[in-house]
Amino acid sequence: MTQRITKWPGVELSAADLNEGKVTQTRFRPNAKYAWSAGEAMSRFLAELQNGRLIARTCRSCKRILFPPRMFCEVCFRPTDEWTYIQDTGTIETFSISYLDTDAKRIPDPILVGVVSLDGASPKMGMMHYFGDMTKDEIRIGMRVKAVWKPWEERRGSVLDIRHFGPLRKDAK
Amino acid sequence: MRKVGVIGAGMTLFRRRLQETGKEMCFEATKMALDSAGLTRADIDMVVNGTAPDAFDGVHMKGEYLLDGCGGYRKPYTRVFTGGGTGVFSSIAGWWHVASGLADAVLVVNEEKMSSCQPHPQSVFAHIWDPILDRPLRPNLVWIFAMEMNRYMHVHGVKKEDIARVAVKNKRNAVGHPCAQLADPKITVDDVLNSEVMAWPVQRLDISPPSDGASAIVLASEDFIRRRKIKDRAWMSGVGWCIDSTMWTDRDLYFPEYVARAAQTAYKRAKISDPRREIDFAEPYDPFDYKELHHLEGLLLAKKGEAPILTREGVTERDGDLPVCPSGGLMGVGNPIAATMGQKIGELFWQLTNQAGKRQIPHEVHTGVAQAWGDLMPLWW
Ligand SMILES: [Zn+2]
Repeated sequence: MTQRITKWPGVELSAADLNEGKVTQTRFRPNAKYAWSAGEAMSRFLAELQNGRLIARTCRSCKRILFPPRMFCEVCFRPTDEWTYIQDTGTIETFSISYLDTDAKRIPDPILVGVVSLDGASPKMGMMHYFGDMTKDEIRIGMRVKAVWKPWEERRGSVLDIRHFGPLRKDAK
Repeated sequence: MRKVGVIGAGMTLFRRRLQETGKEMCFEATKMALDSAGLTRADIDMVVNGTAPDAFDGVHMKGEYLLDGCGGYRKPYTRVFTGGGTGVFSSIAGWWHVASGLADAVLVVNEEKMSSCQPHPQSVFAHIWDPILDRPLRPNLVWIFAMEMNRYMHVHGVKKEDIARVAVKNKRNAVGHPCAQLADPKITVDDVLNSEVMAWPVQRLDISPPSDGASAIVLASEDFIRRRKIKDRAWMSGVGWCIDSTMWTDRDLYFPEYVARAAQTAYKRAKISDPRREIDFAEPYDPFDYKELHHLEGLLLAKKGEAPILTREGVTERDGDLPVCPSGGLMGVGNPIAATMGQKIGELFWQLTNQAGKRQIPHEVHTGVAQAWGDLMPLWW
């Protein structure tokens, strides 16, 4: 490098340089909007969420019960075979206690979020979701949880039809 | 396949915000790399550009936008993009241009200008998630790392103190780096552990924040190197890359199987059978401190769960038995995503040609490994 090079290129700007208009800038706000087709597997998945159920696809070749459902098996590389319902209970595989919202803004009450593996799907298969009805001190990996569904009239065919996963109480089956 | 050597490298300062445009940064880094190899643009057959999501710069197809600065004018020019993996993957693309015999001398130029995105580049990271499964939950990119870090800590019973040691080591190593944004000679483990909790277990000093910067390297064939009598060269003896499934909630996040597969490919090509013994130092991808540990295990330089122990015992210090991130890494030098080629491939070149100055590993080193990772969960080498 390094011995031979004496000047390293780059002029650092401070936040003040920008805020006080000391540097020339040009601004643009894009206006891009999208409407995604949910596709075959996800359309059925979302419709079933509205019914308060989780659905998976099976692959006869590798014998996996695939969740989230998909129309082809990425391992066997063949079409999947059948729809099958799985349970709305599962196990917390990992989680975070987030004080950041989607735009990296700070929030005082943390979001509990993580991955839940679902009963009835192949081992470790699950989804990302929020956790609720528990404190940040109570949440732990390995905890048994169950989906807390929004009331039927509030469901829209979205992963948000599940409000969050809450603790699975033994007496509640 | 022909033998390929790195014969020059250059990089700009890494800073939260640079005045130069992306093109201007690319020109500076490219000129430096050419000068250090003793070449001009006329000697270059082909150019590879590496840069991460277009949305950071706000210029769609930014490979084309940057090409003049990369020395690409009227040359065969390609942009490659594999998320954070671009930091190493673009050099692999340069390697295959030369190894195949298509080119004798190739420029690889990587750039990232994250400061253009307002108010924070995090807002465009929101667009990398699956639109149906993940995006309605309004995820933050840090969540991914937090969830992976927590799983890793849980499976091996790793303490946060042992992870914080990586941040301390790399920020101290970066003190000798002229481009460093985050060097801190006085930082302690307690500073990391007491920093603001962002998304537990991730705290502010566990993260390398956004940055602006560019880096460049020159690759050449053995024949070209001999003909031009180029003395400073580091041979690329093996490359490998691998990716996992996008169904990231279906696998156990504690171990990066894709890194192990990429590493095995590269070691096989380089005829390395015992990486822990045959590799002298490593530059694994460290956008978060725990990622260095995770990747060291993926690179088979530590057993599963052993990387925190090696770190605690000082093995990975610059004067240790296996120096890791002697450049200062992303944690210490900065994280302008694709431009981190400067700390990965650039550092291997500088260390192996004895040009690393204050960062030079005090004992003799002959073989290094660099690795990067990108996209939602997958990876490269
Ligand atoms: Zn299958």
